[in-house]
Amino acid sequence: MEKTLEKILEEHRESEGNIISLLQDIENSFGYLSEDAVNWFSKKLDIPASRFFGVATFYSQFHFKPRGKNIITACCGTACHVKGSERLINGLRKELSLSDDEDTTKDMEFTLEKVNCVGACSIAPVIIINKKIHGKTASDKLLKEIKTLKSLKGGKGEGR
Amino acid sequence: MKADNTTIRVCMGTGGIAAGGAEVLDAFKKELHLAGIKANVEKNCSMHKVGCRGLCAKDVLVDVIINDKKTTYQFIKSEMVPKIVKEHIIEKTPVKDWVVGEDYHAFHEKQFKVVLSDCGVIDPEDIGSYIRVKGYEAAKKVLTSLKPGDVIETIKSSGLRGRGGAGFPTGVKWEIARKQDSKQKYLICNADEGDPGAFMDRSVIEGNPHAVIEGMMIGAYAIGADKGYVYIRAEYPLAVERLKNALSDARKNGFIGKGILGTKFTFDIKVKLGAGAFVCGEETALIASIEGQRGMPRAKPPFPVYSGLWGKPTVINNVETLANVPCIIRNGARWFASFGTEKSKGTKVFALTGKIKNSGLIEVPMGIPLREIIYDIGGGTESGKALKAVQTGGPSGGCIPAAMLDTPVDFESLAKVGSIVGSGGMVVLDEDNCMVNMAQYFLQFTQMESCGKCVPCRIGTKRLLEILDRITKGKGKEGDIELLEKLSSDIKAASLCGLGQTAPNPVLSTIKYFRHEYEAHLQGKCPAAVCKELLTYYVLEKFCNGCGACMRACPAKAITGEKKKPHFIDSSICIKCGACFDVCKFKAVAKE
Repeated sequence: MEKTLEKILEEHRESEGNIISLLQDIENSFGYLSEDAVNWFSKKLDIPASRFFGVATFYSQFHFKPRGKNIITACCGTACHVKGSERLINGLRKELSLSDDEDTTKDMEFTLEKVNCVGACSIAPVIIINKKIHGKTASDKLLKEIKTLKSLKGGKGEGR
Repeated sequence: MKADNTTIRVCMGTGGIAAGGAEVLDAFKKELHLAGIKANVEKNCSMHKVGCRGLCAKDVLVDVIINDKKTTYQFIKSEMVPKIVKEHIIEKTPVKDWVVGEDYHAFHEKQFKVVLSDCGVIDPEDIGSYIRVKGYEAAKKVLTSLKPGDVIETIKSSGLRGRGGAGFPTGVKWEIARKQDSKQKYLICNADEGDPGAFMDRSVIEGNPHAVIEGMMIGAYAIGADKGYVYIRAEYPLAVERLKNALSDARKNGFIGKGILGTKFTFDIKVKLGAGAFVCGEETALIASIEGQRGMPRAKPPFPVYSGLWGKPTVINNVETLANVPCIIRNGARWFASFGTEKSKGTKVFALTGKIKNSGLIEVPMGIPLREIIYDIGGGTESGKALKAVQTGGPSGGCIPAAMLDTPVDFESLAKVGSIVGSGGMVVLDEDNCMVNMAQYFLQFTQMESCGKCVPCRIGTKRLLEILDRITKGKGKEGDIELLEKLSSDIKAASLCGLGQTAPNPVLSTIKYFRHEYEAHLQGKCPAAVCKELLTYYVLEKFCNGCGACMRACPAKAITGEKKKPHFIDSSICIKCGACFDVCKFKAVAKE
C-alpha cells in the first residue's frame, strides 16, 4: 500500500494537482478512500484530514467503504427512468439479496451503484457491468449476465 | 484497371460501442485481411472508426463508400460482416436487406449540421482526419490575420449565444473579458454535462474533439488567455480518453503550447475531471471545483468574467458553443446568422430520447417547430401510442404538452411556454408516463444534488419532494397543489444559484398543463397507471388461459389458480411489482 501511496504523491507533486485529483487517484487505485490512506496524505502534505473528507463527501464519485469485485452501475437518467430503470434496479436488488440501504453483497462479490446519467440515453435503459455498457437492457438478459458472473465467483473481478 | 477507392466507417461513439462497434470494426479488419485487401495500408482502402452519427437507435451503423458511392447499413453485428465484404466490397453488390431504409433518410432530411458536420465522418482519434476537413484553418486565419477585436466582432455579429442553457451572447462575454486589465486570464470549457437525458457535449467530444480545442484556441486568443481548462464529467470515460488523446496530438502538431503556428501566442489546455456533482455545471461552483474545493456556488456579481478562477478574469463557454466558433470563422458571421430566428441564431444540437422511434443526436436550425422534430425527424412515438408531452431542458426545464407541438424551438419561444432550451435534452413522453411521477423524478434529482448552501433550495426542494411523494402514494391532501405552486415560486425567487432557481420548473409546468393528473392522484387514481401505491393488478378472465406464467413469475406468491383455468391475484398480498403484467403474453393481466 505504502508504495502505491508514494507513487500517487509523486505524481500529484509533478502535476501540481489539487485535492480532488489526489482523491480521484486514491479512489482509482484502491476502489475507495480508506481512512488510512487519507491520513497518510494528510501527514505528508500537512493538510488536515477533515479537509480531505470535507471535499470527498461533497462529491458522489467517492466511496468510503470497500466495494465489491464486480461493479454494477445502473443509470438513472431521465430516458432510462421513463423506460423503466427502476424496475431493473429492483430486480437486481432481489437477485443480489441487497436490502434498501445496502449496496455491496456480504461476500464482497457485487456492488450495485446508481449514477445520474451516463449520456447513452438513446439506448436506454442502460446498465454498466464492470465498465462495459449494456444498452436496451431487458430484465431477463440482465439477470442472466449476473448469474454468469456469480458462477465465476472467486475469479478475478474487473470492476475497477 | 483502376483500383477502387474504398472507405469503411464504423460508428464508435458510446452508443456504437455498446452495440458492438469495436467487434464490427475488428471483423472488417479480419475479413478484409482474409480477402487479401490490406486496409489502412494501401491507399485504396481505408477503414476507421467515427464518432456519433446521430441515429444511435439503429447502431451499429456502417458506411461502405466505394468510389464516392456511399451505402449505409444498420443494425450490423460482427457476424454479418463477412457477407458485406464478400458481396459488396468484392462483388460490388450491396447487401440490400441490411441497408438503411426511408426512415434513416427522413431522420436526416430536416436537420442542418454545423457543429456535427464532421461528427460521424472523421476519425476522432486522428488529427490528420480533422485537418483534411479544413480543421485548424480557422485558428490559422485568426492567429495570422485577425486582431482579437476582429474575432470578437465576428462572433458578436454572428449572434452566437451560449449553448449551455442560459443563452448569453458569446461575443459580449468575450468582449468584457478582453477589456479586463489582468496579466492572467483563463478560458474554461464547461463539459460537465450533468442534465440527465442529455448527451450533446459527450457526442461532440467523442466525435470531433479537435473542433472544441480549436474553438478554445480562438476564444483564448480573443480574450488574451494563455491557460485553458476543460472541466469534464468522469462519467464519460470515452470522451475523456479521446479529448486527452486529441490534446496530445494538438500539442505535437504545434496547435497548442508555446508560440503557436510561429506567432507569439501561447496557450495550453488542462483536463479536469468532475467528481459527480450536478451543481458543478454552475460556473462559480465549477470554478470552486477546479480549485480543489467543495463545488458550491457563490453569489454573483462579481461574475467570473471579472473575477473567476483564482480571482482572475475567466470566460466559461459550453462545449457546443466552442465547437461553433471555428465554423463561424471559416464561413463568416453572416452565414451563421442566416440560420435560426431573429434572436436565436444558428443551429442547436438536441438529444432526442425517451419514447421516440428514432432516438438519437440531432442538429436543427433554431426556430424549427417542435412537431417537425418529433414526427419528421423522430418518426413519432416508439410504441405508436399517443404522445403526451416533450420534456426539454432537463431538471431545470419543463414539459411541453402535445397540444403545443407547434411551438418553435428557440430560446424565447420555449421560455414563453414555461420550459427552456437548456443544454438540449429532449425526452419524449407517451400516455404511459405519469406527469406527477416525472415531476417527482426531477425533484428527487435536484433535491439530491442541491449543494446545501442556501436554505430555499436545501429545504425548499426537500419539502416539494415530500409533498410530491405523498401525492404519488395517494396520501395527498386538499390544497397540496396550491402549496406546491406557492412553495415553487418562493424557491425560484430566493435561491442562490441556477439550480435552485430552476428546480421547481418541472413541478410548475406539469401543474400548468396536467393539473387534472394531480387532481386524479388526490382522488386516489394514477391515470397513466404508473404510481405503484395507487395501482391494483387483476386478471381479465376472458383472456386468461391459465398458462401459469404469472404465477411462476410472482415473487410474493399472490397468484393462485388451476391449470388451464383463469388465475386470480390476491391484492392483499400483491406487492405491485408488475412481474405478472410483463410476463403475460395474452394481455390478461391488467392494472388500473
